[in-house]
Amino acid sequence: MTTDKAKEKVKALILPLAVLLAFEAWARATHLQSDSLAPPSEIIMALAGAFADFSILAATRDTLFSAFAGLAIGAVIGLALGIAFGISDTLNRLMEVTVEAIRPIPSIALLPIALIALGFGYRMEIVIVAFACVWPILILSRAAVRSIEPRLMEVSRALRLPAAQRVWKIIIPAALPRIFVAFRLSAGIALIVAVTVEIAINPLGLGAGIMLAQQALRPDLMLAYLVWIGAIGYALNILLVVAQHRLFGRAALSGDSA
Amino acid sequence: MVNAAKRFEVIPGQPRPQIAFTGVTLQLGGKTIIENLSLGVRPGEFLCVVGASGCGKTTALRLAAGLYQPTSGRVDFDGQLMLHPRREIAIVFQDYGKALLPWRTAAGNVSLALEAGGMPSAERPARIEELLRTVGLPGHAGKYPAEMSGGMQQRLQIARCLAQEPKTLLMDEPFGALDAMTRQGLQDEVLALVAASGATVIFVTHDLDEAIYLGDRVIGLLPHPGRIGIELAVNLPRPRDQLSTREHPEFLRLRRQLFDFIKATEQ
Repeated sequence: MTTDKAKEKVKALILPLAVLLAFEAWARATHLQSDSLAPPSEIIMALAGAFADFSILAATRDTLFSAFAGLAIGAVIGLALGIAFGISDTLNRLMEVTVEAIRPIPSIALLPIALIALGFGYRMEIVIVAFACVWPILILSRAAVRSIEPRLMEVSRALRLPAAQRVWKIIIPAALPRIFVAFRLSAGIALIVAVTVEIAINPLGLGAGIMLAQQALRPDLMLAYLVWIGAIGYALNILLVVAQHRLFGRAALSGDSA
Repeated sequence: MVNAAKRFEVIPGQPRPQIAFTGVTLQLGGKTIIENLSLGVRPGEFLCVVGASGCGKTTALRLAAGLYQPTSGRVDFDGQLMLHPRREIAIVFQDYGKALLPWRTAAGNVSLALEAGGMPSAERPARIEELLRTVGLPGHAGKYPAEMSGGMQQRLQIARCLAQEPKTLLMDEPFGALDAMTRQGLQDEVLALVAASGATVIFVTHDLDEAIYLGDRVIGLLPHPGRIGIELAVNLPRPRDQLSTREHPEFLRLRRQLFDFIKATEQ
């Protein structure tokens, strides 16, 4: 029942709240002085302050812009390659070694090259995020295309659908629920990679905000950024899950198990 | 005993067959599925193909559809070598649930065939409504396949095939998964549709009564490898009737002959 579910959710919140309260009490009792820890009350105050001067909102805009632009570029490339490899066995065999050789490269390892080629700023970050997002989308959309009901492909052959219509009217809709799962996965990766690039080197966004707070010996602000990044990731995932269920209903469930 | 294997021969003065198999052999994965099959189907003929499971009935139908290419021999449609599927040939698959697009409504599924045929979008709705009415699905245009019964889904697949305005209708055990009452209803509807359109039909079934009831001619295949084992002309009056046709002495004679043949192939 819904009331039972609500009760369950409240129960699940009890332990984290208790831990936070205990930590707060301990930090006050011991007059905590630390470069890495701050009591929850101070973190909340720091977060409120960062909102008040819009600094965290500007940082959020920068990070999300890079993450989404990279995600969009990576998704388009990954989807196009995934569908092409899924349709053509020959192409897939030709490209398999190349894909398997490039795919394991951690996207962050491209940072030095990207920095030399593109310098600091959005472009470099977007390229690295896009690189990270291509692979899960490519691999999963290729698998999705290959698992399309063969009868549907026969129907499209019997109707003599032109290749473009076959992709647009049969292959993409049939594979879409699974492709969306891949997109959800990549959205999480995009956020992680964007923040990582900012922490490592790029002077913008939430990652750079954390680094600045750390260097300013403001653990409260640093942890405030951390809490805020967690909240963004959580909200993004919920948004995509809701979209998935809205768009595909029960079909989305079969995509999840894939 | 069973008739000796008979071969199709082109008889001078007869109309050219719409679909002609000439010495067709098909090997898949080193196994001979069909061997030296020769067969002609006249325009407007209703040909039924029966045989034990694994005798290559469905494979023969796929060859007729152009979905497979023969290893040797040739398949011709209207005197032209069949190199690929053609829009004039529609296929009704047995597994209607897999052959329909689950993300499109009934109207959308019929529309797919019209889109493939290049019909302008303004003309489609009227044609879709007409086709759905023809197969007995008026008022179901907005339903998704998952919301329809098996019989309705198969009607929908037939509507999509009719949208191709096919010269030839290939049906692969289309009613095999349906209950007896639904099946009889659909048998009569298919006969009426075919009589109205004049289409040539190749109908694969494992139901011998169904084959005789529907067909102008029944062919029984022998398995391993698939080849023609018996060929029966069905001279029963049309229109056929579920009660009187099935009680007709000729129906019973053919039924006996066909059962004996199938029994013999299974030994």
